Amino acid sequence: MTTITTREPVDDQAVGAKKSGGFTASAANYIDERTSISGAVKELGRKIFPDHWSFLLGEVALYSFVIILLSGSFLTFFYQASMAEVIYEGSYAPLKGIPMSVAMSSTMDISFDIRGGLLMRQVHHWAALLFVAAIGLHMLRIYFTGAFRKPRELNWVIGFILFILAMAEGFTGYSLPDDLLSGNGLRIIDGLIKGIPVVGTWISFLLFGGEFPGTDIVGRLYSLHILLLPAIIVALIAMHLLFVVVHKHTQYPAAGHTNQNVVGYPVLPVYAAKAGGFFFIVFGVVMLIASLFTINPIWNYGPYDPSPVSAGTQPDWYIGFADGAMRLIPSGWEFVWLDHTYSLNILVVLVVVGLFIVTVMIYPFIEAWITGDKREHHVLDRPRNAPTRTAIGAAGVTFYASLWSAASSDIMATHFHLTMEGVIHTLQVTTLLGPFLAFFIAKRVCLALQKKDREIVLHGYESGRIVRLPGGEFVEVHQPVDEYERWKLVSYNDFKPLMLRPNAQGKIGPAEKVRAGLSRWFFEDRITPVSQTEVNQAHGDHPAEITNK
Amino acid sequence: MAKDDNGAEDVTAADSPGAQLATSAASTAVVTRDGLVNPGFPPHRPRITDLDRKEERKAERAVYTLFYVSIVGSVFAIAAYMAFPIVAEDPGSVRLNNLFIGLGLSLALLAIGIGAVHWGKALMSDHEGVDERHPVRGTEPVRARAVEIFQQANEESGFGRRTLIRNSLIGALVVFPLPAVVLFRGLGPMDEDPVALLHETLWKKGVRLTMDPSGTPIKAADVTLGSSFHVIPEGLSEMGHGRLEEKAKAAVLLIRMDPRDLTEAEDRKSWSYDGIVAYSKICTHVGCPVALYEQQTHHLLCPCHQSQFDVENHCKVIFGPAKRALPQLPIAVDAEGYLIAQSDFTEPVGPSFWERA
Repeated sequence: MTTITTREPVDDQAVGAKKSGGFTASAANYIDERTSISGAVKELGRKIFPDHWSFLLGEVALYSFVIILLSGSFLTFFYQASMAEVIYEGSYAPLKGIPMSVAMSSTMDISFDIRGGLLMRQVHHWAALLFVAAIGLHMLRIYFTGAFRKPRELNWVIGFILFILAMAEGFTGYSLPDDLLSGNGLRIIDGLIKGIPVVGTWISFLLFGGEFPGTDIVGRLYSLHILLLPAIIVALIAMHLLFVVVHKHTQYPAAGHTNQNVVGYPVLPVYAAKAGGFFFIVFGVVMLIASLFTINPIWNYGPYDPSPVSAGTQPDWYIGFADGAMRLIPSGWEFVWLDHTYSLNILVVLVVVGLFIVTVMIYPFIEAWITGDKREHHVLDRPRNAPTRTAIGAAGVTFYASLWSAASSDIMATHFHLTMEGVIHTLQVTTLLGPFLAFFIAKRVCLALQKKDREIVLHGYESGRIVRLPGGEFVEVHQPVDEYERWKLVSYNDFKPLMLRPNAQGKIGPAEKVRAGLSRWFFEDRITPVSQTEVNQAHGDHPAEITNK
Repeated sequence: MAKDDNGAEDVTAADSPGAQLATSAASTAVVTRDGLVNPGFPPHRPRITDLDRKEERKAERAVYTLFYVSIVGSVFAIAAYMAFPIVAEDPGSVRLNNLFIGLGLSLALLAIGIGAVHWGKALMSDHEGVDERHPVRGTEPVRARAVEIFQQANEESGFGRRTLIRNSLIGALVVFPLPAVVLFRGLGPMDEDPVALLHETLWKKGVRLTMDPSGTPIKAADVTLGSSFHVIPEGLSEMGHGRLEEKAKAAVLLIRMDPRDLTEAEDRKSWSYDGIVAYSKICTHVGCPVALYEQQTHHLLCPCHQSQFDVENHCKVIFGPAKRALPQLPIAVDAEGYLIAQSDFTEPVGPSFWERA
C-alpha cells in the first residue's frame, strides 16, 4: 500500500492513485473507497507468523477442509439422497439388475459413469480421513507444547468441538452411499441408541423415521452432512482463526523469543507464499493418493441388506476407538431390574468414551486450577519441561491407541494366527494398565531429558577429544554450548508443589486438599532450570573449556 | 529481555497485567531471581541464494519452471478427460480415467505448491520480523468504558429495576423454543408404537422358511448334516414396502447338526426338527448380522464386535460383549415336508432396549 502514497502525497486520493500507478492502483483505490480495506491490509499485511513444522498440522486440517468443500460440492451435483428403491442399470456389470436405493445407485453412477467422478469421490474420502487425522495431530501438538494455556483455553475448546464435528461429518458422509458397510455402521448406531435407558427406543424411532432402517435416514443425514454441520464448522473455524489473530501465534523457546514478542515472517509476502503454496501441496498429495489408491469400493460391498455382512469389516479410522471400546466389554454386562433392561455393554462404552472426551476438552481448566497460574503464556513448553503433562498425554494416547487397535482385533487375530480371545484379553489389559505404564515411562524419559539438558548447559557437549593435562591427567574436552542454544535449554517454567495454607477462618477446605494433592503429583519431581550462579560455578570447574580452541 | 516464566526481573515491568498476578498466593510458579538472561537474536545467516548470484538465478529458474509444469499438468488433465473416456461395462476404463485425470491434477497442484514454497524460502527476504504482544484483555480505560456502557444501558432501560419486565422476558425466551422441540415429534410416524413393533416379526405359525434372497421354500430333507442356510420368512422377498425393516428383524440362520451334539432344554425340545435348529441372525449386542458359522465347533461369530454364540447350547454367548443368547425360532415340518415356523420368536430379536424385559 505504501507504494501508492509515498511518491507524492496529493490531497485528492483518486488523483494521487491515478498518477502513481496504473490499473492495479486505481482498482485498489476503487475498492478501498468502498470498503476501507486498506485498514485491514495495514493491520494484517505484515502480521508476523512464526515458523515451525509442527505449526503446519493445523494448516493441513484447514486445507483438507477446503478440499472437502470443493470436492463435496462437485459430488452434490450428482448424488441423490433418496432411499427409494430402483433397479441398478449403470455400467458396473456385476451389480446390474440388483435392487438398491437411489442413493447407492447415484453413488455408483458417480463412480462408473461420470468421468472424474470416482476421482472426486476418492479425493473427498481421502481428504476427510486426512482432515480428522490432521486435527488429531494438531491437538496433540497443542497439548504437548502447552499451547492451550491462558489465553488460549477457549480456543482449545473450539478446536475440540471442531474435532467432534469432523468425526460427525465423517460418519454422516460414510453413511450416505447406503452400501452394505455404511448400512451396518448405521445398524450399530441404532443398537447403541436403543441401549440408552428411558429414551433410547424412541430416539432410534425418531431418527430412522420408524423402524430401522426405514427410508428417511439417508436424506436426514444428508441435510446434516452438507448443510448443518458444515455451516457450524465454517463458523467455528472462523472463530478459531480469529482467536489466532487476536492472541497472535505462540512460538517455541529460542534466543530472542520472549513472552512479549512474536518472531517470524510477515504475511505478505513470505507467509502468503509458503502457506498458499502449502495448500496446493496438500491438495496435490491428496489428489495423488486419490488417483493411485482406491478407497471405499462400495461396488464390492453391494447395497445395504440387513442380512449379509462380510468378515473383517472396519469403520473409517476415526470411529475405530469407539468401535474398539465396544469390542473390549466382557460378556454378560447387561441386567434387568424393575422390568427394564440396563445394557451396561453399551452404557459403559458411552460413559467411558464420553468421560475421556470431556476430560480432554476441559484439561486446560484442570491444569490451570492445579497450577493457579494466571499469566498469559505465549512461549511454548518443550514437552520434556512439563513432565507430568507430557506423561498424562502419553497415558491418554496409549488408552486411545488400545481402544483403536481393538477395532481391528479380528484382523490382528487372523493375520498373526492368534486367538480372538487372546487378542481381546491382551487389549483389555493394555487399555487398563497401558496408560499407567506409559505415564511412568514418559515421565521418567522427560526427567532424564531435562537432566541431560542441565548437563549440556553446565558442562557442554562431549566432544570425544581426549587431552592430556600437564599433570598427566587425561580429560575429555567438553564443547561448551553457545549462549543462543543455551537459552533454549534453560528458559522454561518452574513450579513448586502447592503449600497448603489455612484460609481466613483458619481452615483448609477439601477442594484445596485435592488441589494440593494434584499439585504434588504434578510438580514433586521437578528439575529446576539452570541458574546463572550454577553456570558460573560450572565454568570454574572446567579449565579445559577455556583452553579449547 | 524476558523469559516465559517471568524469571528476569524486568518482565514484571512489562505491560502484561498477568505478570503481577504471578506472585499472588494462588500460583505455584517459581520466580527465579538468578535466571539466565535472554541473549537476544542470534546473528543472521545469509542463504546461499543471497551470496551467490548463480544460485539465485537457479532458484528463480526452478520456480518459474515449476509454474509452467503446473500448466502442463492442468492441460494434461483436460486431455486425459477426453482421451480416456469411460466405456460402459469396462472397469479398466474407469481406472485409467481416474488415474490420468488424477495424475494431471496432482502435477498441476504440486508444481504450484512446491514452486510457491520454494519462491518464499529461497528468494523472498528471509529477515525475520518481530511483532509486539499486548495483553489480550482490554486496557483499563476501555474496560471502564465498557462497564459504564452496560450501566448506562441498564439505567436507561431499567433492566435491573423493572424486574417484572425482565423476568417475564426471560420466561418468554425460555418457553418460545419449546414448540420447535415438539415439532420434531414428526420425525417418527404418529400412529406406531416402537415398543410393540420391536416385539413382533413376520414369523408366525405355519410360515415357511425360505432361502435368502430367492424366497425358495426349504425342505427338511434338503438340509444336509453340517450345512447352514440364510433364511427369510415366506413372502418377504416379494414385499415392496417395508421389506428391509422386516428383514432386519426376521433374518434367521438355519443349521443342521447331529442331534447328539445338541444340548436342548426340556421346554425347547420340540423347537427343533431332527437336529435342524433356527436362530435369529440379528446379534443381541447391537444388531449386526451374525453371519459367520464355524462348522467344526458349531460356533456363530458376529463380525462386528466378535461376540460368539454356541449353537449346541441354544446359542448362548461364549465370548464377546453380547449378553443374551440368540432367540430361537421354533420350527416344524408341514405335510409337504417343508420347514415352517411354529410361531413368532418368543422374545424380541436384536439389540436390547429399555422396554424389552
